Amino acid sequence: MPLTTLDFEKPIVELEQKMEEMRKMADGLDLSSEINKLETKIIELRKSIFKNLTPWQIVQLARHPERPYTLDYIYLMTENFIELHGDRNFRDDKAMVGGFATLGDKTVMLIGQQKGRDTKSNLYRNFGMSNPEGYRKALRLMKLAEKFEKPVITLIDTPGAFPGIEAEERGQAEAIARNLLEMSRLQVPLIVAIIGEGASGGALGIGIGDKVLMLEYCWYSVISPESCSSILWRSWDYKEQAAEASKLTAKDLLKLGIIDRIIPEPLGGAHRNHKEAADILKQALLEELETISKIKKNRLLDYRIKKFNVMGYFK
Amino acid sequence: MAWFKRSKENISTEKPKQDLPDGMWVKCDSCNELMHKKQWETNKFVCLKCSNHFRIGSNEYFKILLDEGSFKEMDRRIRSIDILNFTDSKSYAKRIDDAINKTKLYDAIRTGTGKIKGIDIAIGCMDFAFIGGSMGSVVGEKVARIIDKSIRTRFPLIIISQSGGARMQEAAVSLMQLAKTSSRLAKLAEEKIPYISILTNPTTGGASASYSMLGDINIAEPNALIGFAGPRVIRQATGKDLPVGFQRSEFILEHGFLDLIVDRRDMREKLSQLLNLFAN
Repeated sequence: MPLTTLDFEKPIVELEQKMEEMRKMADGLDLSSEINKLETKIIELRKSIFKNLTPWQIVQLARHPERPYTLDYIYLMTENFIELHGDRNFRDDKAMVGGFATLGDKTVMLIGQQKGRDTKSNLYRNFGMSNPEGYRKALRLMKLAEKFEKPVITLIDTPGAFPGIEAEERGQAEAIARNLLEMSRLQVPLIVAIIGEGASGGALGIGIGDKVLMLEYCWYSVISPESCSSILWRSWDYKEQAAEASKLTAKDLLKLGIIDRIIPEPLGGAHRNHKEAADILKQALLEELETISKIKKNRLLDYRIKKFNVMGYFK
Repeated sequence: MAWFKRSKENISTEKPKQDLPDGMWVKCDSCNELMHKKQWETNKFVCLKCSNHFRIGSNEYFKILLDEGSFKEMDRRIRSIDILNFTDSKSYAKRIDDAINKTKLYDAIRTGTGKIKGIDIAIGCMDFAFIGGSMGSVVGEKVARIIDKSIRTRFPLIIISQSGGARMQEAAVSLMQLAKTSSRLAKLAEEKIPYISILTNPTTGGASASYSMLGDINIAEPNALIGFAGPRVIRQATGKDLPVGFQRSEFILEHGFLDLIVDRRDMREKLSQLLNLFAN
């Protein structure tokens, strides 16, 4: 049973509780047909609710506090993970994690933003908002992977790059810009997966790749719906309209050619079944790595640059 | 003799009120100095008294920096389409039309080729007047094309930035322009063609997190606001008072992200000097 229930999940959770009670009450009585009926009803209800989610509901799911985070995916998908620390320059940013691990039977470099689950761990992780040293740490790890010819996989889950005084002093803009340039010419396969929130430059700072995958209930845009509402509508009350207008869901972004593939989540969202969510993502990553490894090295970079170069709509 | 002496004069307006003949005089918004428009223009739109750099557009920059008559504009008429069907207080399509009518520009950047003291260059200059210099598909495409031009001709590239950030009405599509322009610059870097980025007031958000910060040489005009997040956002997020001069050119230079701060009146000279150093 989840600890946090979103508004639109409530009817499902209520039925689940009812079923749970029935199980307890059964006590020797055979209620299995009733229970089975209820179970099918729950599945049907969940399917119908999740088929018609609004963009704002998807934003809420992407932020669900029980959703698997970067390290959860890494531990569930890989073996031998060794976390590596520091940007070799200033500090170790706890909002950005990374290291070598075995995925399938190959060594890969995994990098991603890390959120915390409670107040204490969120303070430690700075709510998944990286400082410049986070982006520089990510780049250092990518360069390390490049040196030893290991593919790089990045997992995006951030409400944004940290908007702090020190972050500006240490060049947040430059750190992100540098990553965009360097990732464009990194000489190893590079796969990006958006696993939660993909907010603006903070997300894109590890978001250039040969393939960009996106889990079903995530959002990716230039600004959060709340900030968009506050700037364009001059009020915090239009977040739902802003989410709608921004076309920030996986389905919309696939149509716009900004992502390459939607990774389905377990019924009810990744937070309902971490293991299943990780297995589905792992399968997709292995497939993509297989495809990319067939592309000749000198073509790979041309493809990557071309991929981003065709993005944009004008006349 | 009085016991107390008034140390300050009575509050009075500094100067007698004058009726300004329309369009002849300009007032500095920093020190309130009144200047004759001709004088101000000859001074490259910099205040004669306090050196405040007024915000100017691409037209003025091309005139100030390039050899007379050398500018050849490219891709002038490319304009945005409202692919997302985005509507806030007005529709994005209408917002673009209004901006075009108001500014007589097609989007927030103009690009082309020109000469600085006889040296050929590829150049782009943003216009803050067009929806806050925001960066969407057209800015991304024109930056990408001017980089290509620079690669084809081997002319050094100069981009003058002036931008509040990515254009929200293009959402993720505008975010991708950061990727598009930066990956293009990776190509330019491989070709070893010099790229000089000039940051003017303001250069924040998407522009600063992509091509504006990626110059081989980063130059700013004095006292320009340069940063990733805007000061209002930072104050809100941290609840702290911002240090004096925070995110201004001098601060950014002190922290190591600019090569030079150059007064607009010296910019053409400095650029020609740099271009010659690269060329010879």
